[in-house]
Amino acid sequence: MTMAPQLPEKHYLNETYGIRSWLLTTDHKRIALLYLFSVTLFFFIGGFFAMMIRLHLLTPSGYLLSADAYNRMFTMHGVAMIFFFLIPSIPAVLGNFLVPLMIGAKDLAFPRINLLSWYVYVVGAVFTLYSMVNGGLDTGWTFYTPLSTVYSNSAVAPAVVGVFITGFSSILTGLNFLVTIHTMRAPGMTWFRLPLFIWAHYATSVVMILGTPVIAITLGLAAMERLFGLGFFNPALGGDPILFQHLFWFYSHPAVYIMILPAMGVISELIATFARKKIFGYHFVAAASLAIAVIGFLVWAHHMFVTGQSTYAALVFSFLTFLVAIPSAVKVFNWTATLFGGSISFDTPMLYGLGFIGLFLIGGLTGLFLGSLGTDIHIHDTYFVVAHFHYIMVGGAIMGYLGGLHFWWPKITGRMYSEWLARLAAVVLFVGFNLTFFPQFVLGYLGMPRRYHVYPPEFQVYNVMSTAGASILAIGYLLPMIYLTYAAFYGKVAGSNPWPATGLEWQTASPPPTENFHVTPTVTWEAYDFHNRPELGLEVPGGAAHAPAHGDD
Amino acid sequence: MSENNGSHHIVSPATYLTIILTLMALTGITVWAAFIDLRQFNIVVALAIATCKATLVVLFFMHAKYSPRRTQLVIVAGIFWLAILLFMTMSDYISRVDYRGLRSPLTQVTSRETHPLS
Amino acid sequence: MHRTGELYGQFKTLEQQKDSANLGMWIFLVTEVMFFGGIMLVYTLNRHVYFPAFAMGSNTLSLKLGGINTLVLLASSFTMAMAVWSAQVGKKQLISMFLVLTVLLGFVFFGIKYVEYAQKFHHHLVPGRSFDIFYCSNHPDKCGDISAEEMEVERDLLNKTVALDPDLNAHAQLYYSAYFGMTGLHALHMIIGAGLLFWLLKNSLTGIYTPQWNTPVDTVGLYWHFVDIVWIYLFPLLYLIDRHK
Repeated sequence: MTMAPQLPEKHYLNETYGIRSWLLTTDHKRIALLYLFSVTLFFFIGGFFAMMIRLHLLTPSGYLLSADAYNRMFTMHGVAMIFFFLIPSIPAVLGNFLVPLMIGAKDLAFPRINLLSWYVYVVGAVFTLYSMVNGGLDTGWTFYTPLSTVYSNSAVAPAVVGVFITGFSSILTGLNFLVTIHTMRAPGMTWFRLPLFIWAHYATSVVMILGTPVIAITLGLAAMERLFGLGFFNPALGGDPILFQHLFWFYSHPAVYIMILPAMGVISELIATFARKKIFGYHFVAAASLAIAVIGFLVWAHHMFVTGQSTYAALVFSFLTFLVAIPSAVKVFNWTATLFGGSISFDTPMLYGLGFIGLFLIGGLTGLFLGSLGTDIHIHDTYFVVAHFHYIMVGGAIMGYLGGLHFWWPKITGRMYSEWLARLAAVVLFVGFNLTFFPQFVLGYLGMPRRYHVYPPEFQVYNVMSTAGASILAIGYLLPMIYLTYAAFYGKVAGSNPWPATGLEWQTASPPPTENFHVTPTVTWEAYDFHNRPELGLEVPGGAAHAPAHGDD
Repeated sequence: MSENNGSHHIVSPATYLTIILTLMALTGITVWAAFIDLRQFNIVVALAIATCKATLVVLFFMHAKYSPRRTQLVIVAGIFWLAILLFMTMSDYISRVDYRGLRSPLTQVTSRETHPLS
Repeated sequence: MHRTGELYGQFKTLEQQKDSANLGMWIFLVTEVMFFGGIMLVYTLNRHVYFPAFAMGSNTLSLKLGGINTLVLLASSFTMAMAVWSAQVGKKQLISMFLVLTVLLGFVFFGIKYVEYAQKFHHHLVPGRSFDIFYCSNHPDKCGDISAEEMEVERDLLNKTVALDPDLNAHAQLYYSAYFGMTGLHALHMIIGAGLLFWLLKNSLTGIYTPQWNTPVDTVGLYWHFVDIVWIYLFPLLYLIDRHK
C-alpha cells in the first residue's frame, strides 16, 4: 500500500443536500438508505415484541402477560419481522444499492417507481403501526380465518390493509430488478458473467412478481370479509377456512424464498471474495437459484398437513418439499467446495458467510423433518417449527444481511468499520443465536406447542436457556448498529476496493458518484476471476490468489 | 442486439378489423352455446371460447405474435403460474376421501341431482 | 422532471428505454393475472360446490346488458389498437380520435355497469345484512323493472333451486360476493385505465407521439387489452351459468 486512500470529492451522499433531496430522490443508492432506515426501525419493533415473548416465557405459568396479550406479542413480532423487515431487507437495501452497480448501469430501469416502492412501503407501515398502537392484533401473522375475519376483536383490519399495501412495494421492486437485469447490463456483461448476487436477486424478483399478487387478493378478500361480511372463508356462511390457507400459503411459502435467496446471493459474494476463488460450479449455483424459485411455488401445502386436506395431495406436496431441498443442498456443497483450496481469511463478512453455511444447513435439514408427513404430525405447531424457521431466517437470512452490510459498508459509506469489534459482534451473535434457538428444537421434539402462553414446568430449563440466548443475541445486534453508524462518519477511509473483490461495484469510487460510473465499463472478464485481474494486486501463484496483508487488524 | 418489442412490425388495420369481427362472432357463439344443454361441458365450451378470444387479443392486439421470445416467455410463465395456483389447489379438494362421514362443503361433487334444470 | 419523448438519464438509447417499458408492462400484467387468478380460484371452488345457488344468481343477471358490455369492451380494444397503429404510421389526429373513442366506449361500459349495480342494490342482492335472494319474488311491487313474465321464470327457478339447496340465501350470497368482487375489481382497473387514457389523450393533442416514439400509447394499450381479457372471462363465468331452458 503506497498512499492512503482519499474520499472522492463528489459522491452520491454529498452531491445534493437537504431533506427534499432525500425524500424526492430517484438515486437508487439513496433509496437503498431510505429503506435501510425503515427496515431497521421495524427490526427494533419486531425485536421489542420478541423480547416480550422471551421474558414472558421465563416462567411456565406466565406472569408477565395475559393469554390475550401474549397472542398479540407473537403476532406482531411475526408481522413486523416478516413483512416489514425480512422481505424487504436484502433486496430493498443491498439489492437497490448494488444491482445497477454490479451490472454497470447508471440506475435501475425505473428510478421513480423505485422511489414509489419506498413510499408504498411507508404507507403500508403506517397502517400496520396504527394497528399496533391500537391494541395490535392477535391472530398470528398467518391471519387464519374465521378468527381474523369474524371472531377476533383486535385491530385486524388496519394491519391486513397495511400488509396488503406493502406487498405492492415488493412487486414494484421485483419488477424493477427484472427489467433492469434484462435490459441494462453494460457491454460485455453477459448472463454468465453476472455475479451470483444478481442471479439470486433475479430469482427473488421472479418469486415477488408471481407470488405477492396472490397474498394481495387473499388479504383483500379477508378484509372484505371482516369489514363487509362476505363469506368465502367463513363456515357459517358456507365458506371454507382451508381455502384461505391455500391462498395464504401459496404466497407465504415462496415468501420464505424471497427472504433466503438474496441472502444466498450475498454469501456467494462473501465466500468468493474471502477465499479468493471463483465459486465452485458457478452455473449450478445460478441454476439452483432459479430452481428454488420455481419449485418453491409447488410446496405450499406442507404448512397444512394437519388441516384435513387430502392425504394424496399431502403426499405430492411432501415429495415436492423434498425436491426443493436439492438446489439448496447444491449451493451448500458448492460454497463448501469453493473453500477447498482457497486462500481463506476470516474477515468479518467471511465469519457471517461461514456462520450462514452452518446454520442454514441445520435449518434446511430440519425443514425436511417437517416436510416428511409422518414426523410432521408430531412436530407441527411445536417449537420445532419455530426453531427451524428461525435457523433459516435468523441464522440464514439475517446473517446474510449483516454479512452483506459489513462487506459493502465501505462501498456505501466510503469508510471502514472496526474489524475487531465487528468480529466480536459476529461471534456474540453466533453464540447468542444458537443458545436461543437450539433448545427450541428440543422443546418442540418434547412436545411444547407454539403460540401458547403457558407450558408444562418441566420445559422451563430450555426456555430459560432460550431467553438467556436472546439477551446475548440482542447485544450482538446492537453492537453493529453502533459501530457501523460510527464508522459511517469517523471510520478509516476505505478506498474503492479495500478487500479486494472482483465485482464491478468495486471498480468505482467509495462512495460512488451519483451516476455510478464516470465512464460506462466494458466487461471482458468472467465473474470472480481472481487469476486474470492483476489490477486487484493479489499474488496469484499456481493456486488460488493470496490475500493481501491487512494493515489495520 | 436490437430488440423488437412489437413496435417495429406494424399490424395493419385490416388485420385488426378481421380480429374484432371474429371476437364479436365468438361472443355470439358463446351466448348461443350457453342455451344448449351440454351438462358439465357447458363450462368447458364457454372457457374454450373465452380462451380463443383471449388468445386473439394477446397475439394481435397486444402484438405478442410479433414480440421477442422473451415477451412470449413472460406470457407463458404467467399462464403457467395461474395454472399451478388453480390446479394444485383443486387437486386437494378433488382427491379428498370421505372419512367417517366428515366432509368439507367444498368436496361435494356436482351430480345430476343438484342440477336445477335437468 | 422529465418531459415525455425524451431519453431518460438512466438509459443509453431510446431503444433500451422502449424495450424496458414494454417488458415492464408485460411483467406487471403477469402480476395482474395472479391477482385476478386468486379470486378466480375462489369463484371456481364455490361454483363447484354451490352450483344451484350460482346458477340461480347467474340467471338474475341481464344477459342483454352483459352481452352489450362485452361487445363494447371488445370494440374499445379495437379502437385502442387502432390508436397505437395511428401513432406508428404518424397519423397524429387519428391517435387522438381513437383514444377518444376508446374512452367513450369505456364510459358506456361504466354506464351499463352502473345500471346493473343499481338494480342489484334495489333488489337486495348486495352481500350484507339486507341480502335476500327472495326479495323480488316476495315483493314484486318493489321490483317493478322485472316484467310479470320474467318474474314467473324467476319464481319457478327459485323454487327448483331451493329444493336442491335449502340454504340458498347464504350460498347465493357467495355468488354475489364473487360477482361484485370480480366485476368490482375489474371496474377499478378500468377506472385506472380510463385515467391513463385521459393522460394519453392530453399528450396526443400536443402531437408528441411519433412513429419513432409512441411507447406510452403502446404500453397503456397493453394494459387496456388486459382489462378487456379479464372481462372476456368474467362474462361467461358470471352471466352464462346454466342458461339453457
